[in-house]
Amino acid sequence: MSDLYNVSAAPHTRSPIKTNTIMQDVIIALIPASLFGIFNFGLRALLVILVTILSCMVTEHVYCKLMKIKSDPWDYSDVLTGLLLGLNLPVSIPYWMAILGGIFAILIVKMLFGGLGQNFMNPALAARVFLFISFPARMSSFLVDKVSSPVVTDFLRDGALVLDGVAGATPLGQLKSGETVDLLKLFVGHIGGTIGETSALALLLGAAYLFYRKVITPIIPFSYILSFAVFALIFGGQGFDMNYVLGQVLGGGLILGAFYMATDYVTSPITPKGQIIFGIFLGVMTGIFRIIGTGVEGVSFAIILGNLLVPLIDMFTRPKSFGKERVKDVK
Amino acid sequence: MARMTFMGGIHTYDGKELSKDKPTSVLLPKGDLVFPLSQHIGAPAKPLVAKGEAVLVGQVIAEADGLISSNIISSVSGTVKAIERRLTAAGKMEETIVITNDNEYKKIEDYGRERDYSKMSKKEIREAVKAAGIVGLGGAGFPTHVKLTPKDDSKIDYVIVNGAECEPYLTYDYRLMLEEPETIIEGLKVILRLFDNAKGIIGIEDNKPDVIEKFKELTSGNSNIEIQALKTKYPQGGERQLVYVTTGRKLNSKKLPADVGCVVSNVATVAAVYMAVAKSTPLTNRIVTISGDAVTEPQNFNVPFGINFSEILEAAGGFKVQPEKIVFGGPMMGRAMYSYNVPVTKTANALIAFAKDEAAVEESPCIQCGRCYFKCPLNLLPMKLQLMGLNNEDEKFLELDGMECCGCGCCSYICPANRSLTQTIVQTKQRIINKRNEKHEQHELHELHKEHKAK
Repeated sequence: MSDLYNVSAAPHTRSPIKTNTIMQDVIIALIPASLFGIFNFGLRALLVILVTILSCMVTEHVYCKLMKIKSDPWDYSDVLTGLLLGLNLPVSIPYWMAILGGIFAILIVKMLFGGLGQNFMNPALAARVFLFISFPARMSSFLVDKVSSPVVTDFLRDGALVLDGVAGATPLGQLKSGETVDLLKLFVGHIGGTIGETSALALLLGAAYLFYRKVITPIIPFSYILSFAVFALIFGGQGFDMNYVLGQVLGGGLILGAFYMATDYVTSPITPKGQIIFGIFLGVMTGIFRIIGTGVEGVSFAIILGNLLVPLIDMFTRPKSFGKERVKDVK
Repeated sequence: MARMTFMGGIHTYDGKELSKDKPTSVLLPKGDLVFPLSQHIGAPAKPLVAKGEAVLVGQVIAEADGLISSNIISSVSGTVKAIERRLTAAGKMEETIVITNDNEYKKIEDYGRERDYSKMSKKEIREAVKAAGIVGLGGAGFPTHVKLTPKDDSKIDYVIVNGAECEPYLTYDYRLMLEEPETIIEGLKVILRLFDNAKGIIGIEDNKPDVIEKFKELTSGNSNIEIQALKTKYPQGGERQLVYVTTGRKLNSKKLPADVGCVVSNVATVAAVYMAVAKSTPLTNRIVTISGDAVTEPQNFNVPFGINFSEILEAAGGFKVQPEKIVFGGPMMGRAMYSYNVPVTKTANALIAFAKDEAAVEESPCIQCGRCYFKCPLNLLPMKLQLMGLNNEDEKFLELDGMECCGCGCCSYICPANRSLTQTIVQTKQRIINKRNEKHEQHELHELHKEHKAK
């Protein structure tokens, strides 16, 4: 036997970039935003994040065990979904809701549709929207400051009980009612919102890392944010008011959504052309939800709606293979 | 017009430093020499010798059979030991002529006679190329005399010499370009004699600056030959990529370079053309690369065709560690083999031994990251083509231009989920081609049957 060597079809070499390294990179990119969330909202934020991650991991593994699916436990996709979900929840959410969200994301959105790579919408966002529709009040009560009680046991209690931080209007709410916002505060992130969405600075830091590692390209986030800014400029009714437009861009979940959720491989178009169309669609939909609609937040809804259109966009932006372009393109 | 680069492509660990700096050494065979009858694209050659017959260096031992075929030429003198089936680097048992070497290297008459190619007619040049048994030495093995005979000579605008050598690990073209640049340039001049309106281009990847410098120097007086430095990227040396990068002209899989006024040949092929035409020396040997992290002294050897790879490996010091995988050709498009006890042929040009088999990994689900699409030099959607191949959806496979795939391997290389994209797509292509041929045969049988009935 020692004379026989491995035989397989070409190629015989493989790139060192693997699914798990990509997932790890995204997780690493989210660390600044997570740390800021914990700094901003206190240790309970950490607990919420850990609970969602654990919920996602357990759901995936139990499902795979029950259905006898051989899964790679270390592809980190479940950890990433959990982390993203945690960052998309308000710090005051009861733990059982966070757990429910994790189960919904993995079981309903991901595994029932075929697991990794087959989900038709972003699992974390779908779970957020599911929780938002089911428990609108709980999902939109945002703290502006730290959960003040430092007693450890308090972390374990239902969210409502520790809600002694200062609840208040989010920047988007302020903008909607015509007030101006402090842009610097908005950029740094010392504002109300979900755990991970408040600090544009921390999120952009992570995004820069993702660009550097070539995990994502700027096409989707830039076309998304740009088209949304243009929409806000035209339909915001504030004229050329930079405070308003920038406030809209930096406030709420836009930065988190544009760089980390809309760029999810599975639920975004493949070709650059398709990605631009996708980004513009998201920008316009977010604008409609935020500015024309009655709510203040629209990123989650816009992205999962966009996710549904991806197969259609992919169909219409099918690339032409090399040398088969129309005659006039060939010189 | 020349382009900066082509779309897609990958940058891999190129492994060339293992073997590139050692001068090529000439290696004479010890054992019997084995000449497969099929060392080229097209019909296998027809044996002209019988068992027991004496042969000379340069003697045609099997002649081209049909339009697309090539002569097989003995690289040693001796006697025919057998005509039998032997294992080849193509991975199968093939009909071969086995010759016992008498170690005298007696040559045929006229071997090495100088000829002035500027006084030869086009027909004479083509005859000389055909007689010398020259085929594309880049790995594909398309008979060169066929390539040099397009429908209309005057419509060829460019003769492109491929010195890209984009496959990782391989350095035989690099050594040839460094050691015998004049032969290559003269060979290009011979080919240019065939095409009155053509200009010569020699394309070399910019990871070989010494070679580019040398070629520029040697051709500085010649306005009809241009040296182009190509960006180092795999598959720069692919025919369609090379034509596009050097001339701006695009080819799809149904077109030949001649359809857009180009003739493309590898540097070693061009050198062989010069030797055949100007020196009356048929193609009897080539440079092969022995490399890989399991080989003791990776280097290049100039060897006669028919020599056993195990002899060359021995000359390179054998293995320093037990390899997991042996590949003939480069790691991107080469063929893995379970044994290296096979002869050197016109298309088996390198042996790479890997201590670890990188491709022995498990597939995981596609995450639709699109890397395969971004790296595809032909702008295809490998992830979709693979699914269609696995599901036997031939119609959809054709609709997405699956037949355009050139099998370069970029998609499989880059896939983070270790999916066998290239493998499945190439297999599906072959299946569809086989199906078409079968249909064609059935149709012909049917027609014959009808004819028979009518009679």
